Amino acid sequence: MDQKIEIKDLDLFYGSFQALKAVSMPVYDRQITALIGPSGCGKSTLLRCLNRMNDLISEVRITGRALLDGVNIYDRSTDVEGLRKRVGMVFQRPNPFPLPIYENVVYGLRVAGENDKKTLDQTAEKSLKAAWLWDQLKDKLHQPAISLPLDQQQRLCLARLLAVEPEVILMDEPCSSLDPIATAKVEELMLELKKDYTIVIVTHNMQQAARVSDFSGYMLLGEMIEFGETKTLFTNPSQKLTEDYITGRFG
Amino acid sequence: MPVTSEKIMQRLLLAVAFSALSALLLIAVFIISQGLPFIFRYGFREFLFSSQWNPQAGKFGIFPMVVSTLWVTLGAMAIGAPLGVAGAVFLTEFVPRTVMRIIKPSIELLAGIPSVVYGFIGVMVLAPLIRDHLGGPGLSLLAGSIILGIMILPTIISISIDSIMAVPKSYREGSLALGATVWQTVRMVTLPAARSGIAASIILAMGRAVGETMAVIMVTGNSVKIPGSALEPVRTLTANIALEMGYATGMHRQALFATGVVLFVVIMILNFSASYVMRQRKARR
Ligand SMILES: Nc1ncnc2c1ncn2[C@@H]1O[C@H](COP(=O)(O)OP(=O)(O)OP(=O)(O)O)[C@@H](O)[C@H]1O
Ligand SMILES: [Mg+2]
Repeated sequence: MDQKIEIKDLDLFYGSFQALKAVSMPVYDRQITALIGPSGCGKSTLLRCLNRMNDLISEVRITGRALLDGVNIYDRSTDVEGLRKRVGMVFQRPNPFPLPIYENVVYGLRVAGENDKKTLDQTAEKSLKAAWLWDQLKDKLHQPAISLPLDQQQRLCLARLLAVEPEVILMDEPCSSLDPIATAKVEELMLELKKDYTIVIVTHNMQQAARVSDFSGYMLLGEMIEFGETKTLFTNPSQKLTEDYITGRFG
Repeated sequence: MPVTSEKIMQRLLLAVAFSALSALLLIAVFIISQGLPFIFRYGFREFLFSSQWNPQAGKFGIFPMVVSTLWVTLGAMAIGAPLGVAGAVFLTEFVPRTVMRIIKPSIELLAGIPSVVYGFIGVMVLAPLIRDHLGGPGLSLLAGSIILGIMILPTIISISIDSIMAVPKSYREGSLALGATVWQTVRMVTLPAARSGIAASIILAMGRAVGETMAVIMVTGNSVKIPGSALEPVRTLTANIALEMGYATGMHRQALFATGVVLFVVIMILNFSASYVMRQRKARR
């Protein structure tokens, strides 16, 4: 299996607080990788390192490397906007723009300079179909996205991402504001998307990690305690700390 | 003991609030009672749309002043609005928050500078510059617009910053995460989301510009005529009242109060539309 991303000895400091400690981990191509661990252990921070969203926070210092297809994304020469088009992100709370549904979906294309109506229309349809929204939304493309129910908003955010054809999709607790039925739907969708995309998901929900992921990493206090195939990690962890967390004795 | 002093304080504050309010109300009533009958007697259209302002001859047409006020205000908006909004965008998006926290109060402080100081700078610096480089007497419509444009900057910048900062961070993050640049994010997401607050800031600033008197008297030259170009001197409605009130009697005095009524109505309309635009935004959230 190819490594899409390879994280090597990554340290991250928020001011003087070290949130990630020498984290190393692979992300395999077209697999789902889950990051689990108790609240505050650095899962979101690690995820946001992969598309350099942490750059937006002042006072962040990062050392170490994260290779995307073998190229360090923390190189000085990295085109950060280009990186974020390749490594897209779905946030914890659905955050559609206060624009019509259609404009949300084609936003990434407009930003990239695409203005051809036909291309935009086709991409919008394709992306909405891929996020299983087309049938519900095709007749109200010009209504405001904010008026949709939360689960549709979240899948709209996914569609908006798929429109720019990323290679990697980062998801930070994408189901935390959704009900169980909507959650199941997103999980099913992830398994479908896995055919074309590499997915990294942060989740608090261990059943979810077990259900959807191929690989899992267990983090604690900024360290990657154990990383491996989800099957192994959940049934036969090699670290005592992981076992305690999985069996619910802690966290 | 504390209970009674509490009560006394309450009464006292109530009395203060009441007298302040009633003073304002009295002023409004006074202006209207002095001005409105004149407008009806003289004729609404004749008053607003005739170009003859000759108090000695009993001619009270304020049209030149209306037009001048309009031009000076529009000029001020053309200068102040883009500068102010650009300044707000710059300070919120391209400058570290800590720096912005220092600069914003300093800008708000500029609103506290007495307008006579702005006028003084206009007379000493701006008018000669215009006279030497562009021609005309220097004291002109253009000078008034520029000075007013600068005077309204604090209003526009401060309110625009507040409304840009009120845009949820998640919009910005969502846009940047799709590979948009900071500038694209500002243009396509942040500004549209903040537009009602920005519009309100511009309308409020317009109210300030229409109502400003001292600085305008000092820099616009004050001749009563419809300006043929931006370099000609003009007289605004506010300037007209301030310049002539000292010696006006009878009909003349009432005509000036009537001018005040016109200003009063215009500024009321502007302020109401500003708060209406603001409320629209709250309702949408
Ligand atoms: N912008 C920031 N500035 C300073 N410290 C931060 C910042 N963001 C996160 N932290 C700290 O870094 C640590 C890791 O945070 P992070 O959000 O990555 O945790 P998490 O594992 O995603 O937690 P959760 O499950 O609650 O989302 C926490 O101790 C948090 O307080
Ligand atoms: Mg988190």
